[in-house]
Amino acid sequence: MAERTFILQSSPHFRDKDSVPRIMYSVLVALAPAFAASLYFFRFRAVALLLSCVIPCLVTEALFLKLRKKPLHHLRDGSAIITGVLLAMTLPPSLPLDSAVIGAVVAIAIGKQVFGGLGYNIFNPALVGRAFLQTAFPVAMTTWIPPVTLKIDIATFATPLASLKFQNALALGTLAPLKNLFWGNIGGCLGETSAFALLLGGLFLLLRRVIDWRIPLGIILSLSIFCGVFWIANPGKYADPLFHLLAGGLLLGALFMATDLVTSPIVPLATWIYALGIGFLVGLIRLFGGYPEGVMYSILIMNAFVPLLNHYIRPRILGERRKK
Amino acid sequence: MANKSFPRGIHPPDLKEMTVDKALEIMPPPERVIIPLLQHFGQPAESLVQKGEDVYLGQKIGVAKTLFSASVHSSVSGKVLAVDDYSHPAGNPCLAITISNDGQERVVQKEAGKDPFSLTPDEIRLLIKDSGIVGLGGAAFPTAVKLTPPKDKPIDTLIINGCECEPMLTADYRLMLEAPEDILRGAELARIACGAKRIIIGIEDNKREAFQAFKKLSSRFYGPASNSGDFSSRELALLKTKYPQGAEKNLIYALLRRKVPRGGLPFDVGVVVQNVGTVKAVWEAASSGKPLYEKALTVTGNGIKNPKNLVVRIGTPFQKVIDFCGGLNDEAEVLVMGGPMMGIAQWTTEVPVVKGTSGIISWKDQQPQREYACIRCGRCVEHCPMALAPTQLAKYVQFDNLAEAEKWGVLDCVECGCCQYSCPSKIPLVHWIRLGKNRVMSLKRKRSS
Repeated sequence: MAERTFILQSSPHFRDKDSVPRIMYSVLVALAPAFAASLYFFRFRAVALLLSCVIPCLVTEALFLKLRKKPLHHLRDGSAIITGVLLAMTLPPSLPLDSAVIGAVVAIAIGKQVFGGLGYNIFNPALVGRAFLQTAFPVAMTTWIPPVTLKIDIATFATPLASLKFQNALALGTLAPLKNLFWGNIGGCLGETSAFALLLGGLFLLLRRVIDWRIPLGIILSLSIFCGVFWIANPGKYADPLFHLLAGGLLLGALFMATDLVTSPIVPLATWIYALGIGFLVGLIRLFGGYPEGVMYSILIMNAFVPLLNHYIRPRILGERRKK
Repeated sequence: MANKSFPRGIHPPDLKEMTVDKALEIMPPPERVIIPLLQHFGQPAESLVQKGEDVYLGQKIGVAKTLFSASVHSSVSGKVLAVDDYSHPAGNPCLAITISNDGQERVVQKEAGKDPFSLTPDEIRLLIKDSGIVGLGGAAFPTAVKLTPPKDKPIDTLIINGCECEPMLTADYRLMLEAPEDILRGAELARIACGAKRIIIGIEDNKREAFQAFKKLSSRFYGPASNSGDFSSRELALLKTKYPQGAEKNLIYALLRRKVPRGGLPFDVGVVVQNVGTVKAVWEAASSGKPLYEKALTVTGNGIKNPKNLVVRIGTPFQKVIDFCGGLNDEAEVLVMGGPMMGIAQWTTEVPVVKGTSGIISWKDQQPQREYACIRCGRCVEHCPMALAPTQLAKYVQFDNLAEAEKWGVLDCVECGCCQYSCPSKIPLVHWIRLGKNRVMSLKRKRSS
């Protein structure tokens, strides 16, 4: 018998089927309901914005991979597409498409590739792109159109959070009803309006164990407590926690942005600190900051702490005694 | 009540169906055996025989000269052909004794021994040491050492490990089904030796028939007559099927909710753990004077034509065992000694079966999976049964930051493979951690010398 040769490898010899591309594509699947909702509420604008984000993201990624002499198969891991989709979701539907393209290029170039590509970035790339646009085009980034389903004949109007902050909506009683917030029949960024669609996608990710349940739970808990305390103290001035949970980009942020694997901590205790910190910062900015919305900055700020948390918070090893 | 378990861990495909219903078959001894002098954790035994010498079945041919060592015995009767270095399934070639089998199975007639249950703890330990018994779960730690608790650490519980949590392996399961009485008798001897008050037999809930086999015997008592009134000292526990349920520290936590301190031993929490195969070997040695020269193991995988559970003489070349199971087929791309989670890949079928061989498995490898950078998903942290952060450990080792690696518990790793199994980036985490363990240990040795 001819001498046989065997593959030599170190244990374990079994591997789970899940892989980086599979995780990335399941995030895209989870974003489908939210995109469908944006298609329903903003029609053609949704497609246009999506394409002007995803295509530049892929092109920029390819360019950088080429420059960095890295294999192009990384394009197929799905992460650049996610960045593009997430960025589109966070943009006002009326944003000029060329601005969106700039945001997408910045997201991949500055948000991800300069750090070394997938796995090495500190900040959520889509939010880096958005933060850039917020600074570069402040007016376009805060101009809102009503969803086509809301039959009102005005060119621009305010998001629920903006009307709460700037138009004294709570006292006047003109705040959008929770029902509209839940289904998405309100003004806002492309993908953040329908809480229902976001929850559907988030549930899928939680069941598939792609995202850490501690992050959305921690954010929701700390925001509810923070806003709840003020609401109980003065319900005439502050909106209730449920409104804050459903309004703006909170659910999009809590389920899809803060849960980004690369930019969130790896150890459970650190994850709790990170999540609670985001919820607290969102509350702080919304209630006392200059902006009506604070999800983006809160996540970016806590992203900055993640390397620190990963470095200093070590899990307690089995059998380890507490220091006396 | 929910079955007992430990936190974290994984659920790999168990693939036991290929051999689960195959009764243990005794494989005829081969024409030639190669018996390495190192088949256990610790120092090699010293050879007692020379080339050309005649040996009988069960003769001690290598003697343990130090505490952390174990004697080895001839598994056939015949002539010593060579005492020379030979390939070893654990990787490094080591001194081995090659014996040609004369087929006569000559043994030295032993006088009828005392009733095994009348032996003192010291006598039992001596017998175990003399019989070359080591932990048969895979780690091959000398059993006599494990049954010698330090004076200041009283033992209250002996755990008999019937988990067999590695996928594909079923030999321990068959032992439990086919020889539960011998296991209980051996367990009682081990209990006497370590001075424990009670025995707990832990079995995963995918092996309910083994559980039932023990349950049927629950009214029977095996042990010294003076102790026969005390039935409560033997318990059966069903554990959740989860990997690595049979890892010592996790098993102790699952059954007793006790945490073995970092760097410590089960002694520190008053526990001794023994594998079912080990205590069966203890009983055989005590009752018939038979030293450890054969081993129950599973030969399986889709690369093996006719998967089986076998009792094989130590020193039988893998090739002979595989031939006895119909040989390898074209699917056989990987050959592993042990289970698929912790087993050691082999490059040749010429290596011999050793005491720690719990299985010989071969299968068609999965498509090689592309490696990605760590995306910090935290799955390795989520699944590590020792509650380590494997991705951090791997990074510290990669950057040669051994001080941090040690602080983050690189030496606490049991190499179970849960992290690497669940890693979506397909990073060889265990490989890096092993490297780190080696480096940290050699650094420590340098520091102390």
